[in-house]
Amino acid sequence: MEVWALQLFNGLSLSSILLLTALGLALSFGLMNVINLAHGEFIMVGAYTTYALQQVASHYTGDPQAGVTFLIAIPASFITAAAAGYLVENTVIRFLYRRPLDTLLATWGVGLFLQQLARSIFGAPNVQVVAPAWLSSTVSITSGLLLPMKRIFIIGLVLACLGGLYWYMYRSNEGRRMRGVMQNREMASSLGVSTRRVDSFTFALGSGLAGVAGCALTLIGPIGPSLGTFYIVDAFIVVILGGLGQIPGTIMAALIIGILNTLFEFGTTAVVGKVLVFAMVILFLQWKPAGLMRARGR
Amino acid sequence: MATRIFIFNAVRTVTGPARLGELAAAWVMPALVLAILLAAPLVLSDFRVALLGKFLTFAILAMSLNLIWGYAGMLSLGHGVFFGLGGYAMAMFLKLESAQGKLTDFMFWSGLTELPIFWAPFQYAWFAIPMTFIVPAALAGGLGYLVFRSRITGVYFALITQALALIVSILFIGQQPYTGGTNGITNYTTIFGFPINSPSTQVFLYYATLAVLALTYLLCAWLIASRFGRLLVAMRDDENRVRFSGYNPAILKTIVFALSGGIAGIAGALFTPQVGIISPTMMGIVPSIEIAIWVAVGGRGVLLGAIVGAILVNGAKSGLSESFPAVWQYFLGLLFIGAVLVFPAGIMGLLRGEGWRRPEWLAVEQLRALATRFIPGVSR
Repeated sequence: MEVWALQLFNGLSLSSILLLTALGLALSFGLMNVINLAHGEFIMVGAYTTYALQQVASHYTGDPQAGVTFLIAIPASFITAAAAGYLVENTVIRFLYRRPLDTLLATWGVGLFLQQLARSIFGAPNVQVVAPAWLSSTVSITSGLLLPMKRIFIIGLVLACLGGLYWYMYRSNEGRRMRGVMQNREMASSLGVSTRRVDSFTFALGSGLAGVAGCALTLIGPIGPSLGTFYIVDAFIVVILGGLGQIPGTIMAALIIGILNTLFEFGTTAVVGKVLVFAMVILFLQWKPAGLMRARGR
Repeated sequence: MATRIFIFNAVRTVTGPARLGELAAAWVMPALVLAILLAAPLVLSDFRVALLGKFLTFAILAMSLNLIWGYAGMLSLGHGVFFGLGGYAMAMFLKLESAQGKLTDFMFWSGLTELPIFWAPFQYAWFAIPMTFIVPAALAGGLGYLVFRSRITGVYFALITQALALIVSILFIGQQPYTGGTNGITNYTTIFGFPINSPSTQVFLYYATLAVLALTYLLCAWLIASRFGRLLVAMRDDENRVRFSGYNPAILKTIVFALSGGIAGIAGALFTPQVGIISPTMMGIVPSIEIAIWVAVGGRGVLLGAIVGAILVNGAKSGLSESFPAVWQYFLGLLFIGAVLVFPAGIMGLLRGEGWRRPEWLAVEQLRALATRFIPGVSR
């Protein structure tokens, strides 16, 4: 029983990382029909921002854990990754809105470039961020069920991001414009919404969320220049399963994929688990080709 | 550009010689490339011939991707898988020939005591060699049918094939006793009784690869010119219209995807004996997407483009990446971006005088607009 509860919890924790990654993809896909293969590299940018901040902080304070810096690192990762995303959108992606397949290739090129940049700056070997002491404890639910504080923190962080995103999309003027452009680009444009601005901001927002995911990943394991590639394919599967740019669908899909992955891995091996999940998604798409949720026609 | 094409068409219909020029473009350039490739072993060192032979297998692979991407508009990011499957089928044959049909070295190391049942038939060439086409074609056809039937197209298809590349490569890494794991299958001694590493065998394999390349070219050229080829292009441009005209795009796409997968498999089968190894690193996400850049650089939708692109990009890679790996990575990244933004029609497009386009961000007005936005004091 406790074993299963722990697996479920691990699945939830994997889901939350996947969700944070997939949200940015879903946003840019829903809004601009663009799939960003460099999205994984924004995770990497966020992770290295956290690492760099910690290095700087421990250099000045002499404290290798640098507990408080981690809290600063979260918004810092968001801002760095968002800035990188803004730059990429303005220099490459905005010329490719009508050519989704070409965008795949161009963004892959951006990803290669960013990976090599990280390799040139930080070196090819993986680096480790020391988790702050207040995150290294465990919480015991029952005598046999110990939940690591880190993973609880990550789930909380993702919930906070979701809340923030909800507020942005449904309560702010920027978000209202964004939803307007999502629903009908021409109409929104003719009513005076600057679709260019909305596009770049949304892309930056999605990249920023990936950056936060990267920051969270530093708690789980070592980070390297190709960190993003481990998560990105799963995130794509989440977006495909969730349905074209649908935020609620993406959330559901992330939960399903994360938990299934963990359960299958627990039941069999990591490899067989991944194969099973992939097969199930393909079969599911036979039944519902548009994914879990589909955009209502108009 | 549109006006130029219009004028060109008008001239062509009025005067005869333009047609002649077109004929020349269609057959003279391929013949030229073929002549160069035929003569290459006479002037190059053994090492270079082996290298060029490897590039030729990549050229076949690029042609298989060009068939579905350039003509039918489906970008597969998993073609490394089909290449790898063909390569593995060939490797199983070669390995069993080296082991005289008994247990191979890596199986022994992994603790197997007898040959796995699906390995046994691969000791016969009549079984193994057709399988290099059949296995990848069957996988492509099966996955393709499921995917196309649910009308999954475009980016979604690309992402699913990318996931396939990930899944199959980790599957092969995980099954150490049956696939050799991360190391793949290597250390062959002979092929049909001839020592595999001897220069004469390598030259023979080079010409065999060149023959397959030429045959593939002819097959694709015939296919493109046929009614089937027109349907492929029509599907790329407007799939619904093809559907409303009474064709079933799912079936057409499945056929061409399976064929393309099979050709990729044959390329893999030619790759294995020339390079001496096949491993999961040749079928993952990264090698699979690199195939697309060969095609894009050469010129998608032009048969010769895939060949030229594969040879040039790989030539640049082996030239640059050995001495300056970091530079190569930056260059490759920029190549992906440039091939899409700056010269979308590829080298073949540049040769025809079309395709080069100045990206908008190189325009002076754009730069000035950016400057006025971000640098205070710069005014219009």
